[in-house]
Amino acid sequence: MDERKIRVVVAKPGLDGHDRGAKVVARALRDAGMEVVYTGLRQTPEQIVETVLQEDADAVGISILSGAHTFYFTKIISLLKEKDAGDVIVFGGGVIPENDIPGLIDAGAGAVFGPGTSTSVCVEWLEKAVAEKREKEQ
Amino acid sequence: MNAEYKDAREKFEAGVAKSLQKHKERKESFTTGGGLPLERFYGPDDIESIDYMKDIGFPGKYPFTRGVQPTMYRGRFWTMRQYAGFASAEESNERYRYLLSQGTTGLSVAFDLPTQIGYDSDDPMAQGECGKVGVAIDSLKDMEILFNQIPLDKVSTSMTINAPASVLLAMYICVGEKQGVPMDALSGTIQNDILKEYIARGTYIFPPKPSMRLITDIFEFCSANVPKWNTISISGYHIREAGSTAAQEVAFTLADGIAYVEAASKKGLDPNVFGERLSFFFNAHNDFLEEVAKFRAARRMWARIMKDRFGVTNPKAQMLRFHTQTGGSTLTAQQPENNIVRVTIQALSSVLGGTQSLHTNSMDEALALPSEKSVGIALKTQQIIAHESGVTNTVDPLAGGYVIESLTNGIEKKAFEYIGQIDDMGGMLTAIEKGYVQKHIQDAAYEYQRSVETKEAIVVGVNKFQVKEDRGSMKLLTVDASVGERQIAKLRQLKENRDNIAVSNALEEIRKAASGESQNLMPYIINAVKCYSTEGEICGVLREVFGEYTENIVL
Repeated sequence: MDERKIRVVVAKPGLDGHDRGAKVVARALRDAGMEVVYTGLRQTPEQIVETVLQEDADAVGISILSGAHTFYFTKIISLLKEKDAGDVIVFGGGVIPENDIPGLIDAGAGAVFGPGTSTSVCVEWLEKAVAEKREKEQ
Repeated sequence: MNAEYKDAREKFEAGVAKSLQKHKERKESFTTGGGLPLERFYGPDDIESIDYMKDIGFPGKYPFTRGVQPTMYRGRFWTMRQYAGFASAEESNERYRYLLSQGTTGLSVAFDLPTQIGYDSDDPMAQGECGKVGVAIDSLKDMEILFNQIPLDKVSTSMTINAPASVLLAMYICVGEKQGVPMDALSGTIQNDILKEYIARGTYIFPPKPSMRLITDIFEFCSANVPKWNTISISGYHIREAGSTAAQEVAFTLADGIAYVEAASKKGLDPNVFGERLSFFFNAHNDFLEEVAKFRAARRMWARIMKDRFGVTNPKAQMLRFHTQTGGSTLTAQQPENNIVRVTIQALSSVLGGTQSLHTNSMDEALALPSEKSVGIALKTQQIIAHESGVTNTVDPLAGGYVIESLTNGIEKKAFEYIGQIDDMGGMLTAIEKGYVQKHIQDAAYEYQRSVETKEAIVVGVNKFQVKEDRGSMKLLTVDASVGERQIAKLRQLKENRDNIAVSNALEEIRKAASGESQNLMPYIINAVKCYSTEGEICGVLREVFGEYTENIVL
């Protein structure tokens, strides 16, 4: 069992100002023992990927409630791949219609959590996903 | 209170205490949603200390606890105002005309994020966001389309616009002029409340100082030229959505209000005059009794603040008039039809709290922008409360209720405690800078989430009474992905056809006026809008002069 702390970036891409969810999730992940970097608002995909690389993060959580989710998820995922960081786990949540979720998963998102999701579901999922990722790396 | 009552109450309590040993209550102790203690019951002794004339008074009279008009909804109902806007001006114009045909009585414009943050649709920062959360407006051209066939002397229009409020107000004034409606006949509201953008909503552009100048320039300009316009809508809505309690919503909103009154007074404006055009915007959440009390407490507190703190003697400038929107964050993606019921409870609390206008949320808003069908139901909810429930036929019907008056006192006391702390820190700007306000809101948000996860708080369909459901089949509104491209094409055409020399002159004039401190910027902005300078161009110049705000991250 890998004992390194899980490092995760919680990001707010674009112009969306709804940060309640991002901050609650960031705190819940931190309370679960992870090292969390919260980017703050108005991040471009380039800035988010830069933070992920700098922080050597295992995962990046994207919070978006403005309807621009498809654009930002696909852009961030493709930038990560470009930077040779395609193994970073991408997950997210916000106001995202159910019908849009399969598209985000196809693009490479690990999970998309809708409104009403318990933070413990998020924590457990991420712990498991990071454990699997680290196992593969060994 | 008479001895007979006291004796009887003591006996009664003793009896209950005895029966509690056998039949426990559902919880050890009860509180409101915002954490105010809630007693088993309230009696006459709980409101003994209230002086009716001083603390409650008559409707339309200081301290306006019972409402801002003597007859309230017996005279006329609140304005039924549904916040709407998506895609381009053409689509939104069509939605407005649908809402007007359905009996909505005022418009409320939702702008997309690039418009709210001062970027044109062709700006790289606007990628993916055009027309998503509201309508994309780049220039006066779009605004002319948005209000096509909507007579501006007949409707009142509220615009949710903050950092670039001057620009959008200028566009509205110009559309009015083209329709032959003079400025002094226009009525409506701009949100224009930058402080809550720093705290909770996030669509800021400039740093606080120049932002406060833009706001007070609007106060001054409108006092002289657009007298029926509400120059600001001081908003607790987003503070509450970000997670605050009811008492914090009132406290932080009124503290923002105090900051605006101080800034305008410092500029030499008279609060007896501009105070008449200050309006407020509150949330309505599920905890019904606390919400009713909150609205009543807010009204009383503002009257006291204006009178005692600012020496305002004009009753119209002491009155807190407010718009309400039901609580978006209370809506669930699970079993969305249940949201109709939540919205009804929330809307009713705002009516019993004496709101001047109301937006009822649509059941599908935890999933997407509302569809036409769900907007229709939301509007009908208001019409049913207005015409069928009977609560509108007598003024402030819950006044004098033991629990309502006790909670009204409770909210006021708690909120004044926060305001006292903010005063001690040196005012709202400092409190925001230090992250005090943000921290309180986030703590409350986290605490609420925790209570849902431990099931101390039950959300039907989310942590109890869940059912399996297929939401993929629900008909949701989707925004045509081509909006961005269409807007960009329109912009290109605009820039080819307008008088570009006039534009660059007008922008240069703005730059000069903004660089100094003595000039009111509104006439310069109107001038630039009139020759079809774009919103992004005008805000771009102001960005260069004023700089940009960077968020103080509090976690």
